[in-house]
Amino acid sequence: MIVEARKASFGEPLRLRSGAVLPEFEIAYETYGTLNAARSNAVLVCHALNASHHVAGAYADDPENLGWWDNMVGPGKPLDTDRFFVVGNNYIGSCFGSTGPTSINPGTGRPWGADFPVVTVEDWVAAQARLADFLGIERFAAVMGGSIGAMQALYWALAYPGRVRHSIVIAATPRLSAQNIGFNEVARQAIMTDPDFHGGHYYDKGAVPARGLRIARMIGHITYLSDDAMMEKFGRQLRRAAPGFDFDIDFEIESYLRYQGDKFASYFDANTYLRITKALDYFDPAGDFGGDLSKAFARATADFLVVSFTSDWRFSPARSREIVRALLDNRRVVSYLEIDAPQGHDAFLLEDPRYHGALRAYFANIAL
Amino acid sequence: MTEADTILQWVAPRSRVLDLGCGDGSLLRRLWEERQAPGYGVEIDDAHVLECIRNDVNVLQMDLEDGLATFADRSFDCVILSETLQAIHRQEPLLKEMLRVGGEAIVSFPNFGYWRARIQIALGGRMPVSRELPYQWYDTPNVHLCTLVDFEALCAKLGFRVLERVVLTGGRRVHYLANLLGGLAIYRVSA
Repeated sequence: MIVEARKASFGEPLRLRSGAVLPEFEIAYETYGTLNAARSNAVLVCHALNASHHVAGAYADDPENLGWWDNMVGPGKPLDTDRFFVVGNNYIGSCFGSTGPTSINPGTGRPWGADFPVVTVEDWVAAQARLADFLGIERFAAVMGGSIGAMQALYWALAYPGRVRHSIVIAATPRLSAQNIGFNEVARQAIMTDPDFHGGHYYDKGAVPARGLRIARMIGHITYLSDDAMMEKFGRQLRRAAPGFDFDIDFEIESYLRYQGDKFASYFDANTYLRITKALDYFDPAGDFGGDLSKAFARATADFLVVSFTSDWRFSPARSREIVRALLDNRRVVSYLEIDAPQGHDAFLLEDPRYHGALRAYFANIAL
Repeated sequence: MTEADTILQWVAPRSRVLDLGCGDGSLLRRLWEERQAPGYGVEIDDAHVLECIRNDVNVLQMDLEDGLATFADRSFDCVILSETLQAIHRQEPLLKEMLRVGGEAIVSFPNFGYWRARIQIALGGRMPVSRELPYQWYDTPNVHLCTLVDFEALCAKLGFRVLERVVLTGGRRVHYLANLLGGLAIYRVSA
């Protein structure tokens, strides 16, 4: 599938949850399939931390660069683009094309950098609603995402109940735990204490806080994998013939984490990383309802599919069951899958016949 | 007459139903189509969960052995446990949970007191294998088999009231000597 990235510009200011105002913004997006005459077959796909609007397919001039959820979305795939019109989007504050810290601040003519406001899941969803208006989509057949993408899918059902028929919430949590926030704070501290960070204004100085970013990514990676998956993949295998009794790479896992960290630091923006982790920390739809998630869900009218993975300790099945409980309390239509998968949080990106089979069956039952 | 027909008769129109061990969801589908009763199924098996989604019924993939903590008190009119009781390890807590979550419970199970089972043990000296109990003793999901009398004694111990009982053998209703002549028992109970 050959795809094309596009941008939509919005001149109307966007008031953010923090109170800050984004005077104008752009959203990078891609679409796959065809919007039907009734405009009833649109599915919005929301991405997680380091992904983008490039959900599926490949660009004509870059055939190797497959979309991050190409195993899920495409012709004949579980989310079948022969039947559905799928919209991939890049959330604001990101560094892959939508307005973010690397964009030019219209007030100063220079990159936003540290001055780019802290954005939240709520803000992402408000911006996506503008994109839906722009594309002429009044109501999505489904909004779908994994991890941070799942928070968006969930929040869509709360913020715009009339605009979502199905919310597909995968590897999710209704709020971060203290441990989750703790990991995020370590990652932020790694970035902000990097001498090349310059208080977030590193673009002007030609600097990149790469050391901080790579440590942030290394920590993140540990939380995406299960203990078992890591042991299976790397074990205690050494990279060299014998232990070196020094601080070079001894174990395979060290090599892997350093490689992942270096790769990430070469393309990801540190200011974006800080903001995404904050968006995660702040997400708590029950917060306005005294912590009562069931009350928060009283607004929802969508049907839900909730999916978790048994070995996911970052957002464990217990977190997903809290969502299910809140939906049951509101007598919503909901199905819940707990896939016995060994890979940890990252399982939502992988191909598993039970997981993909269930999603295929679920989408097939969505009337158009 | 089938077990499903019996259960359908007992479920009032538009009741809220929870079906524990719901299999492929066909009972839930019938409850919706014939009784307009919205329901949820609980099922652990991956293949059955997929069939439920294909059948367009609400299914929650959970292990009954973990209890029913996901469900609020009295959140259902009726909680069904169809031919699953004998495969549960801890039956007492589950039965109590069913009547915490629901106003009524419907429980069905193969009757171990059925004469064919008795004869296989008494005369053959072997664990029974039959249409109702098709497994070898060493390869069976059934860990706690019981008879009608056993189940009624447990209900009495738990303080449950038996509201109705239907006993079937080969699709026919059994009216006499049910504990001897009945292959499958279906109970409607309340707290």
